[in-house]
Amino acid sequence: MTGIVSYGVYIPKSRIKISDIATAGKKDANEVSAGLQVEEKAIASLDEDAATMAAEAGLRALAIGKLDSQKIGAVLVGSESHPYAVKPTATIVGEMIGVSNNYMAADLEFACKAGTAAMQFIWALVASKKINYGLAIGSDVAQASPGDILEYTASSAAAAYILGKKNVIAEIVDFVSFTSNTPDFWRRDQQAFPSHAGRFTGEAAYFRHVIGASKMLLGKIKKDPSSFTHVVFHMPNAKFPKTVAKRLGFSKEQIAAGFVVDKIGNPYSASSLIGLASVLDIAKSGDTIFFCSYGSGAGADAFYFRVTKEIERYQKRITSTVRQQIENKAYVDYSFLAKCALNKQCL
Amino acid sequence: MKIDILGVGMTKFGELWEKSVFDLAEEAAKKAIIDSGITAKKIDAVFVANMLASKLDNQDHLGSVVTSSLGLSVPSVRVEGACASGGLAVHQAVLAILSGLYDTVLVVGVEKMTDVSSCEITTSLMGAGSEEERSAGLTFPGLYALMARSHMEKFGTTREHMAAVAVKNHFHASLNDHAHFPFEVSVEKVLRSASISYPFTLFDASPISDGAAALILTRSGIDRGKKSVSITGSAVATDTIGLSQRKNLTSITATKTASEKARNQAGISLSDINVVEVHDCFTIAEIMAMEDLGFCKKGEGGEFIASGHTRLGNRMPVNTSGGLKACGHPVAATGVKQIVEITHQLRANGGDRQVKGAKVGLTHNVGGTGGTVVVHILQT
Repeated sequence: MTGIVSYGVYIPKSRIKISDIATAGKKDANEVSAGLQVEEKAIASLDEDAATMAAEAGLRALAIGKLDSQKIGAVLVGSESHPYAVKPTATIVGEMIGVSNNYMAADLEFACKAGTAAMQFIWALVASKKINYGLAIGSDVAQASPGDILEYTASSAAAAYILGKKNVIAEIVDFVSFTSNTPDFWRRDQQAFPSHAGRFTGEAAYFRHVIGASKMLLGKIKKDPSSFTHVVFHMPNAKFPKTVAKRLGFSKEQIAAGFVVDKIGNPYSASSLIGLASVLDIAKSGDTIFFCSYGSGAGADAFYFRVTKEIERYQKRITSTVRQQIENKAYVDYSFLAKCALNKQCL
Repeated sequence: MKIDILGVGMTKFGELWEKSVFDLAEEAAKKAIIDSGITAKKIDAVFVANMLASKLDNQDHLGSVVTSSLGLSVPSVRVEGACASGGLAVHQAVLAILSGLYDTVLVVGVEKMTDVSSCEITTSLMGAGSEEERSAGLTFPGLYALMARSHMEKFGTTREHMAAVAVKNHFHASLNDHAHFPFEVSVEKVLRSASISYPFTLFDASPISDGAAALILTRSGIDRGKKSVSITGSAVATDTIGLSQRKNLTSITATKTASEKARNQAGISLSDINVVEVHDCFTIAEIMAMEDLGFCKKGEGGEFIASGHTRLGNRMPVNTSGGLKACGHPVAATGVKQIVEITHQLRANGGDRQVKGAKVGLTHNVGGTGGTVVVHILQT
């Protein structure tokens, strides 16, 4: 079997309350918080970026998996905030985590699903026995234009998954993608902040693709939503994943373990992957996980994972779960957020 | 006058991501043609109501767009009067038939509004206001909010009175498959929703919707073998484009003028009217409409509505379609949709929304803050 051998998550320590962003924008803080159902978000420090966070997550995955970095045969990093337009994040990360020179590497971009796209391609390299272990990462310092609605939720974090065939903790049983050319959210080269199409990002984009991919996979594997132990969806805000879960026939209980957006916001390429990690932190042998990411532009990757008995030994080695990282925080104010935005514009 | 309504049709109103302005116009037109029982070849002329396609879709010349989608080459023209475009197009169709030059005319009101940001649509809609208002940074919620505040100060109208309009119209829309928001809301929900321009919350304002509605009108006397509903009054009045030149902010004078004219044309009095569709672009607009149309005394509109007189099942139901608030407001489609709704009522085809024994209906369609008002009377 081919699947997840280990994983690592990095959530930066700084947090800002959504109510503080609202107050700074002279909006009704209670109304905004109640509407978005997000309390606070995580943001990278001024000396952090998608590369540093990706490397942190990768190092954690290696440490908990007790894996030799020299055995990593491929590194793919998905992000919409790669530090460079030309100069791969993947090799910066590879170097930082100590891979040899004998590895394949590339950067991916597909908005919030670049990390899961990386997972699909690493799976293919491992399943075909081209490599023994591969590292798929989703990492973002998500940007939003000051004053835009996205400013409340765009956050920073990274999640890394090492795939292999030995000591698999969660088998990747199957996956599909639902893809179309849908321009709901975009950023031209040299633009500091992304643009989006407002309400078009809902039904015509997120819901169409997530429901499309989910139904495609459920049909392929012939399973009913109720048969899964856990479900994880991409979390651009608190409403969309809950609504799509309900529409597909998943329950509130199934979505609970992987629901993290209310505490960390939306770290784009890392969002659904952190949700998955949060589930794996507490999953039991035999649990099944339905998972679907979403990336604007647009596409959704739906996966079916089956947790193995290896998970119990693995969980004993975890030094910092997703929930523990969520609680490990220090609050900053809006002036810090504004400084980060200015920093981005000055680069 | 007596102009028969041979066919009616409309699309669903809502966020119709998969449909363009062209798709919507064609869909409504074809539905009306099917309903009429005639072939498209019988149509002698077409009037297309639309406000925003030129700005938002870079599409002018809608007359040709609609006739070519139907395989026709008859005279066709676009009519614009801001949110009264639909009513005005119906009025033009009535005039065309009364002129004797055309027997059977198609009217289509269409608007596609959801492909742009809320900022762009709000700016575009201000084309219905004055240059002075645009320069001052006003938007329509702000303009009607000024009218609401004036009404509250002068007559003691309350936010609860205004909320009652939204609650009633949402109840009606919950019975309408074509409505943008086919669900009920409570007064509490209206009062607690996001503030947009005091005293209005989100639920005091009609939404941004896509949609189209269409009618086939014909010269009376052509026997089509079905129970016909006729337009017996069609009147238009105008007023200053900007609020600052008006005599007062608590009335839309053009409503009074147009409705008196229309009732005189039809030879009916207020008490003859069984069912009404009014222009509730904002909740205060329905309160003022009740007063200006003469259904209650000036200043008593809020209490009149809140006491339930205009709710389905009571004295004179208003906005059984759900109104602009809950059925939706694709701007130029609204005036035509109002006629579609009243036609269904008078045909006894209103389903769960049927007003028992309805024989006389009135539609009230407003452009801007009352710069144009069109009133139609329909009778069986």
